[in-house]
Amino acid sequence: MTAALEVKDLNRSFGALRVTRDVDLSLEKGARHALIGPNGAGKTTLVNLITGVLKPSSGSVLLNGDDITGWSQAERARRGLARTFQINQLFRGLTVLENLCMTIGERDGNCNNMWRSAGAKRAVIDEALDRLEALRLVDDALKLVRELPYGRQRLVEIAMALAQKPRVLLLDEPAAGVPSSETHLILDVVAALDPDIAVLIIEHDMDVVFRFAREISVLVQGAVFTKGTPDEIRRNEKVREVYLGQEHHHG
Amino acid sequence: MAASESMTRSVAGEAARSRAAEFLLRRHYLRWPEALPWLIAVGCFFVFPDRMTFGSQLLIMIMFALSLDLILGYAGIVTLGHAAFFGLGAYTVALASIKLGWTEPISGVFFGGAVAGLVGIVVGWFILRYRGLTLLMLTIAFAAMLQEGGNIRSDFTGGYDGLPGLTFDPLLGHFQYDLYGHTNYWYALAALAVVFFVVRRIVYSPFGQALTGIRENVRRMHSIGSPVHRRLVTVYAISAAIAGMAGALFTQTNAYVTLTVFDFDASAKVMVILILGGTGRLYGAFLGAAVYMIFEDKLSKMSPTFWQFGIGLLLVLAVMFARRGLLGVGDTIRRKLAGRRAP
Repeated sequence: MTAALEVKDLNRSFGALRVTRDVDLSLEKGARHALIGPNGAGKTTLVNLITGVLKPSSGSVLLNGDDITGWSQAERARRGLARTFQINQLFRGLTVLENLCMTIGERDGNCNNMWRSAGAKRAVIDEALDRLEALRLVDDALKLVRELPYGRQRLVEIAMALAQKPRVLLLDEPAAGVPSSETHLILDVVAALDPDIAVLIIEHDMDVVFRFAREISVLVQGAVFTKGTPDEIRRNEKVREVYLGQEHHHG
Repeated sequence: MAASESMTRSVAGEAARSRAAEFLLRRHYLRWPEALPWLIAVGCFFVFPDRMTFGSQLLIMIMFALSLDLILGYAGIVTLGHAAFFGLGAYTVALASIKLGWTEPISGVFFGGAVAGLVGIVVGWFILRYRGLTLLMLTIAFAAMLQEGGNIRSDFTGGYDGLPGLTFDPLLGHFQYDLYGHTNYWYALAALAVVFFVVRRIVYSPFGQALTGIRENVRRMHSIGSPVHRRLVTVYAISAAIAGMAGALFTQTNAYVTLTVFDFDASAKVMVILILGGTGRLYGAFLGAAVYMIFEDKLSKMSPTFWQFGIGLLLVLAVMFARRGLLGVGDTIRRKLAGRRAP
């Protein structure tokens, strides 16, 4: 079986600084893979390399067996690769509903149409509302995104990625910036993701990681330090030293 | 108790759903205030019959500003060189009339628009890879290059002396151009109405929504699979074509054209007009052009030397007190009057 997402020997340098070193990563269909590592380990850089925001210096990225290393972000997205951003990237001046309709419209290729009204396709609106309903966002449908509290915006961020009907989903710290009283909302959504989607999650909260992931890769200074099951990682002394031990310093 | 509670909740949920759906389904419907600018335009013909030359210039400026709104207000493309396309349309009909004997006006306007649109595709394809200041500089440079090119080939373009005394066939083979510019006024008004109808359709279409998405957050557009560059080039070409049509009308209604149509001032003026009226809302072009040009007209008569001071003051006030343009001020007042009801 070909992996849903495969990263082979990936490298990226900014000048003399090597931010990604010989990274290999493989996600099967339905994978729940967590990527952890101290600040500055290059986790977001890796997401940017996988999604095509950045081009690698060497190495390759494969999506369902296709080499997508040279593809644009949009081409990757249309082939089923979706992501959320560490800091919300939404259409802040538009309503929540319009945000969702935009994603669905681009997914289905409706946005090439210049003549009929955007509201004319009832199916798009219904799907957007269904998706909002699933995340209990219907009451906010007509609010502008920037009027929502950050935690709810975070849910919209996830709803947007899911509306792409991805086969591979990259979640870049989905609970970041969300007040702790509301993190459970995000985590419930993450826990309830379609089992067929391969998910790569970047997360700092170890409780979340150990609850969610079936596989963990530890990234240190741009390289995969070690990988294994949650139990293996938890017991790994070296991981404790380089990463888990730091938790105490942060308090 | 619990059952009835969940009942009411689902009814409320249904209501929220249908309210949200209605909003999108009806958003593009025509509302009655939208008839206002057209009624005013028709009314002006009867109230100011001797000012129709000014009137047609105003309508042409509205069309030009509308073309800019499409790219600046909706897609967020900042340009200070849009006069390039206005000028291309203006020179296309002038040269077509002189060199090819193409003097039929309506097909001339479409020809002017087509030439400007095609150039818009090519130029847009190159420069729309950039954003912000780099893009701004490139748009200025392109307009300056066209102007200088026209100056070098002044044997062909007439240079800054221009191409005077152009003749065009009567409109629809029937309506002669009169001294008062009455024919021109109706001609420009009809052309503006057609262009406005098209622009309005585009803005409310899924494509128009995608443009708004690019303006609001281009990173997100890339990540949801939008072919951003293609969308930008497409709208840039459409905008260029409309600007070209406005330029063509300008040449036809004045029966002359000079290289000043490519002036940086012309590009800056149309941007000022749009920002004054309000960007990204179609009618900003109407209000901005009307206020600016009437101000300019009155002030230049009051004080031929210092009138620009008045325009400057108007702009300073607009920037200080009406950040979202005059239509934005209208919104604020309406919202205050309606209490907190309006969204």
